[in-house]
Amino acid sequence: MSDRIIIALAGNPNSGKSTFFNALTGARQHVANYPGVTVEKKEGFIEFNGQRLHIVDLPGTYSLTAYSQEELVARNFLVNERPHLVVDVLNAGALERNLYLAVQFLELGIPLILALNMMDEVRKQGRRIDTNRLSSLLGVPVVETVARTGEGKEAVLHATLEFSDSPKVPWKPLRISYGPDLDPVIQEMETEIASDHFLTDLFPARWTALKYLEEDPQVRELGKGHAIAEKLEEMAAQVSEHCQSTLRTTPDSIIADYRYGYISSVLRQDVIQRDESRLRRMDMSDRADKIVTHRLIGPMIMIGVLLGLYKATFVLGEAPMGWVENFFGWMGEMATVLLPEGLLRSLVISGIIDGVGGILSFVPLIAIIFILLAILEDSGYIARMAYMLDRVFRTFGLHGSSVMPFIVSGGIAGGCAVPGIMGARALRSPKEKLATILTAPFMPCGAKIPVFLMLAAAFFPEKGASVMFWITLGAWIAALLVAKLLRLTIIRGASTPFVMELPPYRLPTIKGVLIHAWERTWMYIRKAGTVILALAILIWAAMTFPLLPEEQTAVFETKQKQIEQHIAELESANFSVPETTNESHEKLRASLAHIEAEKSEAALRHALAGRLGSALEPLSALAGFDWRTNIALIGGFAAKEVIVSTLGTVYSLGEIDPEDTAPLSQRLHKDPAWSPVTALSMIVFVLLYAPCFVTIVVMARESSWGWALFAMGFNTMLAFGLATVVFQVGRLLN
Amino acid sequence: MAELIGLRQMKINQQARIVAVQAQGDLGRRIREMGLIPGTVITVIGRAPLRDPVALRLLDFTLTLRNNEADHIIVDPLAAASGALS
Repeated sequence: MSDRIIIALAGNPNSGKSTFFNALTGARQHVANYPGVTVEKKEGFIEFNGQRLHIVDLPGTYSLTAYSQEELVARNFLVNERPHLVVDVLNAGALERNLYLAVQFLELGIPLILALNMMDEVRKQGRRIDTNRLSSLLGVPVVETVARTGEGKEAVLHATLEFSDSPKVPWKPLRISYGPDLDPVIQEMETEIASDHFLTDLFPARWTALKYLEEDPQVRELGKGHAIAEKLEEMAAQVSEHCQSTLRTTPDSIIADYRYGYISSVLRQDVIQRDESRLRRMDMSDRADKIVTHRLIGPMIMIGVLLGLYKATFVLGEAPMGWVENFFGWMGEMATVLLPEGLLRSLVISGIIDGVGGILSFVPLIAIIFILLAILEDSGYIARMAYMLDRVFRTFGLHGSSVMPFIVSGGIAGGCAVPGIMGARALRSPKEKLATILTAPFMPCGAKIPVFLMLAAAFFPEKGASVMFWITLGAWIAALLVAKLLRLTIIRGASTPFVMELPPYRLPTIKGVLIHAWERTWMYIRKAGTVILALAILIWAAMTFPLLPEEQTAVFETKQKQIEQHIAELESANFSVPETTNESHEKLRASLAHIEAEKSEAALRHALAGRLGSALEPLSALAGFDWRTNIALIGGFAAKEVIVSTLGTVYSLGEIDPEDTAPLSQRLHKDPAWSPVTALSMIVFVLLYAPCFVTIVVMARESSWGWALFAMGFNTMLAFGLATVVFQVGRLLN
Repeated sequence: MAELIGLRQMKINQQARIVAVQAQGDLGRRIREMGLIPGTVITVIGRAPLRDPVALRLLDFTLTLRNNEADHIIVDPLAAASGALS
C-alpha cells in the first residue's frame, strides 16, 4: 500500500486530457522528452488519501498502432513500464470515436478507468449518457468529468484507490469477434502463440495475433528471428490475400470495422439518449466556421490574427527583453568594476555574461509566443489555419500548420527562429515538421535586420523599406523552394495523411495556457542554457586566442601612454583656462580611442577567428568577401547581432551600437573594396547561411543533432553558392 | 436510389452514407480510426478557401481531409437529406 501507484493518462487529442492532467496535478508536474524522440513526457506526483500517485500523461492518440511516434511512445510505455492502470480520458461528446482507443486498451487487457470528459457540453446538448450501463457493458469503472472545472477528478482518484486496494489480478483482455473471415485464423494464431510463449511476457496472445494481421511493424520487428514469427507472417499473408481477392478489402480494415461494430453494439443498448431537436440547433462551431473559414473572409481574418500575433509578441516582448538585456549590461558593468583588466574579465563579460544574457533575453519572447500559441491552439483556431492553408503549403511538401513557425521565425520581418522552431511542435506530421524546422531559419529574424539596414543605408540609401520587402519575399521563396527540394530528396516520402479533427471552438483556460507556456519556456532555459553557455565560451576563445604577442601590444601601449601623458600635461598646464584647450584635448582623446580600436582590430585579426577569416579569403573572394567580412560572418555563427559589432571592430571603429550603425555605413560606403554588388551578395549570404547557435541547439532538441548540423552546413553552402552567383553576375553587369 | 460517387464529388451540405473506403496502409488506417467506415453518415460542411481540403461532419464531430484522400472514399448520397444540418 505504501508503494506509489503509477497511472497512465491516455486519450484522443482534443479530449481535454491535458486539462484533466493539469486539474489532477496542478503545477506539480515535470516535463521532459521520451528518450530518443521529441514527444513530450509529462509526469506529476500527487498524494490522495495517504496514497502516493505517479501520473504519466501519455501523448494524445486515436489508436494504438505503431505508425506515429506518439502512438509508439504510448504503447511502449504501457507494455514496458506496466503502469498499474490507465485512465482513458474521453470526449463524451464524440463517444463512439473516443471508445475506439478504449477498446484497444481493453483488448490489451490493461486495467482501465474511463473518464467521460466534457460532460458539461454533452448535458448542454440535451444528451444523456447512462454511465452505469456503459460501465457494466464494458466491465470497467466509468466516471463523468468536466476537466475545466475539476468536476469528477476526486471520483476518478477514488476509483483508482479502490482498484489498488483490490487484490492484484492478471490482465484480462477483452475478446471481440472479428467475423467469419478472421476469427478462425486469429484463433489458430492465438493457440500457436500461447503454446510457444511468443512475446507473452509483453502482450496477450490474441493481441499479438491481431498485430500480425494488421502488419504492425514494431511487433514484426520484435518477432524477427523466432521460428514462429515466420509462420505467423505467412498465415497473415494468406488471409490478407484471401480478403483481397474475395472481399476486396484488407484484414486491418476488417478489424477496424468490427471494432467500431463492437462499439456501436454497446452504445445501442440504451447508453446514449439524444434529443434530436437540440442536436440540430446546437452546432455553434460549424456555424462559426461558415465565417471563420469562408473563402474570402477566412483568409482576411487569418492575416489579421497572424499580424496580431506577431505584433503582440514583439511589442509585448520588447520591454521585458530590454529589462533582461539591461540587467546583463549592468552585470557586465559590475564585472568591469570588480575584476581587474585582463583575460578573466574578458571571459566573464564577453564570454559568460554576454553569452548567457543573449540566451536569457529571448525568454520573454518565448514565453509570450507560447502563451499566445497556447491560446490559439486551445481555442481550436490553429486547426482552422492548417485547414485553410494546407493547399498552399502542401505544394511545397509542407503542412498547413507550417505557417506559424514561418511567421514567428521572421516571415514578417523581425521575428525569431527560436520560438518559431519550438512552435513547430504543433505539427503532428514528422516529415513536414522536419522540413519546416530546417527552412524556418531562412526568415529575416530581428537579429539579421540591423545588418540589412546598415548595408541598405550604405549602398541603397532611401530604399530601406523596399530592400526589406524584397529580402522578406526572397526568404519566403527560399524557404518554400528548399522545403520542396528537401522533400524531393533527403526527406522524401508521401505526405502524412491530413485527416484531422476540427475541434469545436472552446475558451482556453488561463491555468492551462500558463502551465503550457511555462513548461516550454523552462525547458528552453534549462536545456539551451547549458549547451549555449559552453558554445559562447568557445566562440569567445576563438575571437581572443591566440593573444597578440607582447611586443605588438607594447607598441600600442607605448603610443597610448604617450598620448595619455600628453593629455595629463595639457590638463595640468591649462587647468585655469580649460576652454582654449578643448579642441586639442578632444583630438587627443579621439586618437587615444583610435589606437584602442586599432589594437582590438589587430588582436581580433591575430586570434583564431581572424586567422580563419584570412585563410578563407581566397575562397570567400568569389562572393566578394574579404577577411574582415569573413570574421564578422564567423561571429555571426554565434548570433547574428555579432555581425555588425564585429564589423565595427575589424574596421577599427570601436564599439558599434546595433541600433545606430551610421558610422559603419559611412565607412563601408567610402571603402573601395565595397560596392552595391558586394552589399547585395552579403545580404543574400546573411539571410540564408547557418542559423545562430541558439537556433541550432533548439533545432537539435526538436529534431536531432544530425539534422541541426546538416542545417548549419547545408544552409552555409547554399548561401555561399547564391552569394557567389549574385556577386559574379553583378560584377559582369557593372 | 442515387449513383455511388467519390467523396470529392459531394457538394456542400450534401449528406451521404459511406459505402467503401479503398485506401490502404497508413492513410486507410487513419481514415478508419477516425470512424470513416462503411455505414457512417457524413455531411460535407465546407471546403477550404482553395477548395481543398474538405470539412466533413460526422454524427458527433467535424474532421477534414484532402481531396486526394477523399477520392478513396466511395459514398451513396442520401437524396432527401441535403441541407438538413445547415
